[in-house]
Amino acid sequence: MRVAEPIIELRDVVKRYGQLEAVAGVSLAIEAGSFTALLGGSGSGKTTALKTINGLVVPDAGEVWVAGERVPTESGPLLRRRIGYVFQEIGLFPHMTVAENIAVGPRLAGWAKADIAPRVAALLRLVALPDDVGARLPLALSGGQRQRVGVARALAAKPAIMLMDEPFGALDPVTRDQLGRDYRALHESLGLTTLMVTHDVWEALLLADRIVVMDQGKVLADAAPSALLAGHDDPRVRALMETPRRQVERVRELAGETL
Amino acid sequence: MDPRIDAAWALLPGYLGQHVLLSASALLLGLAISLPLAVAASRSAVVRWPALLVASLVQTIPSLALLALFYPLLLALSSVTKAAFGLTLPSLGFLPSLLALTLYSMLPILRNGVAGLTGVDPAIVEAARGVGMTDGQRLSQVELPLAAPVIMAGVRTAAVWTIGAATLATPVGQTSLGNYIFSGLQTENWVYVLFGCGASAALAMAADQLLGLIESGLAMRSRWRIWAGAVGLVAGTAAALAPLVVSGAAPARYVVGAKDFSEQYILAELIADRLQHAGASVERKEDLGSTFAYSALKTGAVDVYVDYSGTLWANVLKRTDNPGRAAVLAQLTAELKRRDGVIVLGSLGFENAYALAMRRSQAEALHIRTLDDLAAHAGELTFGADLEFLSRPEWTSVKNAYGLRFKAMPEYQPTFMYRALTSGQADVISAFSSDGRIAADDLVVLDDPRHALPPYDAVVLVAPKRANDTRLLGVLQPLIGKIDVTAIRAANLSVDRDTDKASPAQAAKSLETKLGL
Repeated sequence: MRVAEPIIELRDVVKRYGQLEAVAGVSLAIEAGSFTALLGGSGSGKTTALKTINGLVVPDAGEVWVAGERVPTESGPLLRRRIGYVFQEIGLFPHMTVAENIAVGPRLAGWAKADIAPRVAALLRLVALPDDVGARLPLALSGGQRQRVGVARALAAKPAIMLMDEPFGALDPVTRDQLGRDYRALHESLGLTTLMVTHDVWEALLLADRIVVMDQGKVLADAAPSALLAGHDDPRVRALMETPRRQVERVRELAGETL
Repeated sequence: MDPRIDAAWALLPGYLGQHVLLSASALLLGLAISLPLAVAASRSAVVRWPALLVASLVQTIPSLALLALFYPLLLALSSVTKAAFGLTLPSLGFLPSLLALTLYSMLPILRNGVAGLTGVDPAIVEAARGVGMTDGQRLSQVELPLAAPVIMAGVRTAAVWTIGAATLATPVGQTSLGNYIFSGLQTENWVYVLFGCGASAALAMAADQLLGLIESGLAMRSRWRIWAGAVGLVAGTAAALAPLVVSGAAPARYVVGAKDFSEQYILAELIADRLQHAGASVERKEDLGSTFAYSALKTGAVDVYVDYSGTLWANVLKRTDNPGRAAVLAQLTAELKRRDGVIVLGSLGFENAYALAMRRSQAEALHIRTLDDLAAHAGELTFGADLEFLSRPEWTSVKNAYGLRFKAMPEYQPTFMYRALTSGQADVISAFSSDGRIAADDLVVLDDPRHALPPYDAVVLVAPKRANDTRLLGVLQPLIGKIDVTAIRAANLSVDRDTDKASPAQAAKSLETKLGL
């Protein structure tokens, strides 16, 4: 059987901040079309590892390859225009309308004006926002709507790879669940490769095909959600998976026969 | 209506135009330097601290001193450029004023620029990088638009400061609304002083409001506000500059200079009027600082003005001896011609000497007639000096010759120095012998038996480039030896007195009539 060339590859990546090794030798190969969760607590190095992929963080040692290209490349901006990036604070440009925010990527990539307007309209539909939102300023939107715009902006220039850093972390549980499922559907229909950083075990279990658990800059575990739930050598990983298990038990007890 | 108000209105187009030209140029230049510097400073702490520190230090220099400091600076620079490229820089007038005010305008723009740019939400900066903006795109499309309201607030502060400080450009030879204030202060023409303050305050407020309109437009993303503010600024500047463009079509042929006191204004008006009679066009440069006047003449920024032999003797030739009135004048004429090519055309016929004066009543009570008598009582007396006397070599020689040790030595503007004497706050002052107030205030001038003070013949000086200008010399020659001390005292008093004041131009007219010119 031929092994597919990974679209993203980290080889022994190290990043230090002063004395602290935020990423302490991480190797990772991500296949095209996969949905991978980088799971860990704060300070586990998951965000730093993610940002080495689009060149926002430059590693001190090791290599990062994206689509056969060594990162960081000579032109970071050109690389980042081909990779979608969504993060918790969203960072919508407050002085631009929603439509202008979404159009930033295509505009930077030099799309013709005539192609941009229909693209923005299509993206608003794709992320399930009404058309009239396009003319509004980000300040006039709810948190969930803003992150939908954030996802639309990241998708606008038709990237093959999406990097997401706690994308739904600041949303209420209902909106968060809705947006998560909507995004997973987009991931399928657009054939994306998604790498999502999260500290939420449930989110990782329910959205991803593969979970990479990180702690203190190192990879503790790397397996499918079902395999991780089934058990693991590392007690820290077992403890992590114990929580959802216990919560499911408790909910089942509460619901009694109905579940 | 008060005729002084009419006179003030008549001067407004020229003064306002120059004031607007100077402050707008300084502000634009300040903006052109500060904005890139603010960007660099917001990116790098290595640039930030030195830039802000230097800008803050500049701000601690009093603005008048900053303007004055550019004179020696440009003089030195000019000698370098002359040696290197054969180019000389004007060290008086527009250039030093522009540079000083530009420096002065930089701090608020720089400080607000750095605050505005570093204050942009880090998440927005991260998003800009994340979507693939280059550093330049991030600056122009995200950071500058977001920082614009804060930067504009800095520009407003800078505009108000610059317009206010531009009034101080007058003493370095740049016409501005400060001409009202400086000449008004010297001739006790409070209408002028108020008019100058009012005009510059109105100008500052108008600029502030229009910039404020742009600032609120940027903050509210309202295009019409931005446009209305910008159009208002451009139209206002153009309207203020129009009189300069119109008069610029016929450039003044002669520039007549004057220092900052009544006698100088009157003599400058007299010369200007004679030149106009001869069909020449004339520009006046008034309120020149005492040392600036001679430099302005030497470099050709001024064509003609009246100075005093003793002043030139001590300050330009650095002489401390006193060979007598005729010898001083003769040597001065030869030396200035040889050194600087400056023509000393001759004495107008009177002296305006530094003289120590007292109230007659007090002098008689203490039996003081001469400086020797004064020395015996100096310890109990207060000496009110004008702002430059104590730093002049004449004071050193008088002090040493008579051993003068006063109880206190406060310094005043000349106008207030006379007030201090009449009100008893000072007992002795450094008076001017041609001053009409000596007679009017019933003062006595103390004799100088040791001849410590040099003679101060009022002499007409002509710029080197006008040495062979027959029209100019033809107009000036008839004035030589014509004006006696009684005539000039009367003219000075008519301008300086409290009631029924004449303007310098009116005083010059009546002087002309009296002299039969």
